[in-house]
Amino acid sequence: MTTSFILGMLMSGLKLGSIYAIVAIGYSIVYGILRLINFAHGDIMTVGVYMILVLMNKAGVPLFASVILSMGFSVVVGLLIERLAYRPIRDASEEATLISSLAVSSLLQNILQMVFSAQREPFILPTFLTESHKYGIISLSLINIITFIVTAIFLVTLYFVLTKTKIGIAMRACSENMKASRLMGVSINKVVMFSFAIGSALAVIAGLLLAGEYKTVYPTLGFVPGLKAFCAAVIGGIGSLGGAVAGAFIIGVAEMLFAGLAPTSMTAYRDAFVFLLMVIVLLFRPNGIFGSTEGERS
Amino acid sequence: MKKTRLIDCNLFRLLCFVIIPLAVLVIFALKPKSYVTGIIITMGIYIVLCASQNLINGFSGMFSMGHAAFMAIGAYISAFFTLSTNVKQSMTPGLPQWLINTQIPFGFALIIGGLAAAIVAVIIGFPVCRTKGHYLSVVTLALVVVVKAVIDNQSDLTNGSRGIAGVPAKSNIVTVYICVVITLFVMYRLLRSAYGRGLIAMRDDPVAAQTLGINLVTKKISCFAISAFFAGVGGGLWGHYLTTISSSNFYFMKSFDIVEISIIGGMFSMSGAIVGSALFTILPEFLAPLEGGLRLGGIKLPTMFGLSNIIMAVILILLIIFRRQGLMGTNEVVLDTWFSKETYLSLFKPEEYRKLANVFRKKEKTD
Repeated sequence: MTTSFILGMLMSGLKLGSIYAIVAIGYSIVYGILRLINFAHGDIMTVGVYMILVLMNKAGVPLFASVILSMGFSVVVGLLIERLAYRPIRDASEEATLISSLAVSSLLQNILQMVFSAQREPFILPTFLTESHKYGIISLSLINIITFIVTAIFLVTLYFVLTKTKIGIAMRACSENMKASRLMGVSINKVVMFSFAIGSALAVIAGLLLAGEYKTVYPTLGFVPGLKAFCAAVIGGIGSLGGAVAGAFIIGVAEMLFAGLAPTSMTAYRDAFVFLLMVIVLLFRPNGIFGSTEGERS
Repeated sequence: MKKTRLIDCNLFRLLCFVIIPLAVLVIFALKPKSYVTGIIITMGIYIVLCASQNLINGFSGMFSMGHAAFMAIGAYISAFFTLSTNVKQSMTPGLPQWLINTQIPFGFALIIGGLAAAIVAVIIGFPVCRTKGHYLSVVTLALVVVVKAVIDNQSDLTNGSRGIAGVPAKSNIVTVYICVVITLFVMYRLLRSAYGRGLIAMRDDPVAAQTLGINLVTKKISCFAISAFFAGVGGGLWGHYLTTISSSNFYFMKSFDIVEISIIGGMFSMSGAIVGSALFTILPEFLAPLEGGLRLGGIKLPTMFGLSNIIMAVILILLIIFRRQGLMGTNEVVLDTWFSKETYLSLFKPEEYRKLANVFRKKEKTD
């Protein structure tokens, strides 16, 4: 058990954490406003990855351009889902919206399976991205560095959008009290659409990083990572942006440390460990670690 | 005179809900090899599962999505008691010696499987019942992940992700539908007892229920356990129908399917479980030809795998938008017919025949 081994584990934990963070932000924004667990969020991620794959392999579009195009496509998909499946039931009970999001998730998975196939398809990023370089005792590849930078850039941008711009302030007002903000002249539909758009665009980035990590794509790729990102958002305190990011890094690092340090017979319990962590956190802090203590949440 | 509808006639109900289904069951029980028999058995198992899901989701107000976990526990534990000694020695050598040598009748194995699920439900019930709303759903979903991880990794006990093959095929129409009737009868009586009314009171207003002397914690956990018991029994039936059980049979998708059926049928009604299961098992059979590329008016449609799932998902979304309470709402017409004396006595009462005749006569007049 050398230092470099633990450092390596920590690095991959941070890497995983930053992927979860990007997804968790999407969950958290939408949940904060609509009180809706959007199970389809993970599947929007998968849609984005397939889109990148198609653009790169079939149309020969360079990686960067295809990521941008795919983000646009995912935003459209996200907005369509919002308009068709979530807007009509916005005043319904929590359970109804939950079921609707599950149905959308199943719909997206099955459409992907129909258009492509249930088989895993290779997803190879250019080698200059995945080659690992040694920096002192830790080794990193370019994509890892890009992951960190991208996450940081998005977080900072999002922070400024939420605190300084009009739509950002409207979003925060809505998540605090939707009725009151409607009375103040905030257009709820605009706010909700904007949050879905941000979430969907971010999901594509996360999907790209995740698929690059796994090197394969399949229709249910996004579902379990999506669920884990939701756990992260819950642990951090859902609805709070900083909490979602912190929760994501906690989960990412805890997961990798568990995988690396626990005896090999236990490593297969990785997913279970993450969910147990969430249950334990919920027991002691029902609003998450950084969640507000106001009101009843869980 | 009050206007009588056809559905109010006991004789008509008897015909629709008892005699015709019974006839269908008897016909297909006599030819156990046919394809339709399989569908009918699946439907029965789903009725058991959905009824237990409705008890917890619809009547107690806790939206659980952990049914797959309880099913898995029920299926594996009951299989441990019905597998032959040889199979157990090769597939599950980690079991204690006395268990390897024991083989008990199917019915008892099912009950033990159900009890095991109920015990797990009581243990995890304490943390789960402290959460509410969405969080409860996600925590119960976490249970599904944990149970799958345990099954996949305890290879000595469960043969890992390869699963256990050679589970005796004990689930046939007779055993499954005996379980269906018992489950529905228990649920029907339970919901009409003081316990059930307390449950509904708790769902509608927990604070008011508490002031009336209802202990929310015991109520929640006992309800969770009862639901888990029947889910375990359903899982046992499912395992003995598939004859090969592996963890992938009891994952998210199974939980979602059951929640989906319970929403389609109406989760505030036990009759909804029957209607929902019937739709969920029969509808895909009509959609299946579409997947294989149907020839429609000279145009050959392309093969589309997963189309029936897509259509089911769309139906679910539309249902949530336009009829949120499910097809049956709070209507218990099927169970009222099954478990009331009136229905069966109506065969011997001449006034019931007259009532039925009246309905038709009136219809002719209005036409």
